[in-house]
Amino acid sequence: MTPSVAPVVETVNLVKIYQDGGVPVPAVRGVDLRVSPGEFVAVMGPSGSGKSTLVHMIGGLETRTSGEIWLDGQRADTLNESAWALLRRRRIGFVFQFFNLVANMTVADNVELPALLAGASTREARRRREYLLGELGLTARADAAPSQLAGGEQQRVALARALANEPSLLLADEPTGNLDSRNTRDVLRLLGEVHREGQAIILVTHDARVASLADRVVSLLDGQIVDDGGTGLVRRRPKGSAGDVVELRG
Amino acid sequence: MRLTLLALLAKEPAHGYELKQALEQIFGSAYPSPNIGQIYVTLGRLEKDGLVRAVDVEQSNRPNKKVYYLTAAGREILDTWVGEPTEGPRVRDEFFMKLVLAPMTGIADRMVMINRQRRHYLGLMRDLNELAERTDPENHVALLLVEGAMLHLQADLDWLERCQEDLS
Repeated sequence: MTPSVAPVVETVNLVKIYQDGGVPVPAVRGVDLRVSPGEFVAVMGPSGSGKSTLVHMIGGLETRTSGEIWLDGQRADTLNESAWALLRRRRIGFVFQFFNLVANMTVADNVELPALLAGASTREARRRREYLLGELGLTARADAAPSQLAGGEQQRVALARALANEPSLLLADEPTGNLDSRNTRDVLRLLGEVHREGQAIILVTHDARVASLADRVVSLLDGQIVDDGGTGLVRRRPKGSAGDVVELRG
Repeated sequence: MRLTLLALLAKEPAHGYELKQALEQIFGSAYPSPNIGQIYVTLGRLEKDGLVRAVDVEQSNRPNKKVYYLTAAGREILDTWVGEPTEGPRVRDEFFMKLVLAPMTGIADRMVMINRQRRHYLGLMRDLNELAERTDPENHVALLLVEGAMLHLQADLDWLERCQEDLS
């Protein structure tokens, strides 16, 4: 048997059941998901289908009820909280709907912090921060406090922060939920670059523009995977022609 | 294409090739480039219906060219078209018909149909992303067309999700 590269994430029969006044409410019901290094996976599905719960469990923000979670070939669900935190700091970046920026630090410091915590040098952390803020059109806002920023700007800062320590895995929950179409474009461009650099991305989204950039789309329904596959296969049109994508009447 | 051509002729008289160029310039890559033959066929029909009229213009060393202009009847049709509200872009949906009728045919699993359709829409969305990237940022008309198509696709995907919740 030839040794293969360990998946960046692997879940085995992963289950989450919440208790609501003594009544068990299943949110995730036996998910087997394998994500290879560098892969970009979009997770779609109606609200209440378990998308966010799944991603939170992978990131260690919620405990599983049963099943296994493996990160880079290491069993993660049995780790204690501090060991989890260490793993997260080194390997995982998060972007969630609520930005959770540190209010009394500047935008620049918010973005540099995770890299410093993960052990990067001051100079390395600054270089990374300058690059990320530049890509997201936020260079001019570097010295502002988070409260001085609009919602869309805060969201982009949260993305920059998530990418600061160059995590091997980026987890994102509706990262474009508060963005207008131009800012969405900036975020998509950066995600594309991050992806090309070899970071894996698992991204929960309703936004089909975002999902269509993924290598793979996993669809959840009632806590189970109902579809898992590529999006590019249906493309039929040759390059350079819009064909009938846009149809005008008259 | 009839009304599109009438609108272009309302601006100024033109010959067929100029109309083709104007369409390409306005809509850019977001609109399939019209074939010159189709334009001449359409102009011929408009002329027969009395909505445009053609005059021959002499050219030195070349055959005469036909320059078309809008008639009063054409102007009236155009005003009516521009002035009235327009039908929604999709009042019937072929996929939805298939989905509803599938159980009667006994040959299709609805979950599979929905999954296949979702992948197809996402593939179209990816095409639109690429089209937007290729489009000249100054061509606002073309970019708005692409964005409109994206928003429609997003609505189709949301609807698909609703179908999956209710029919599964």
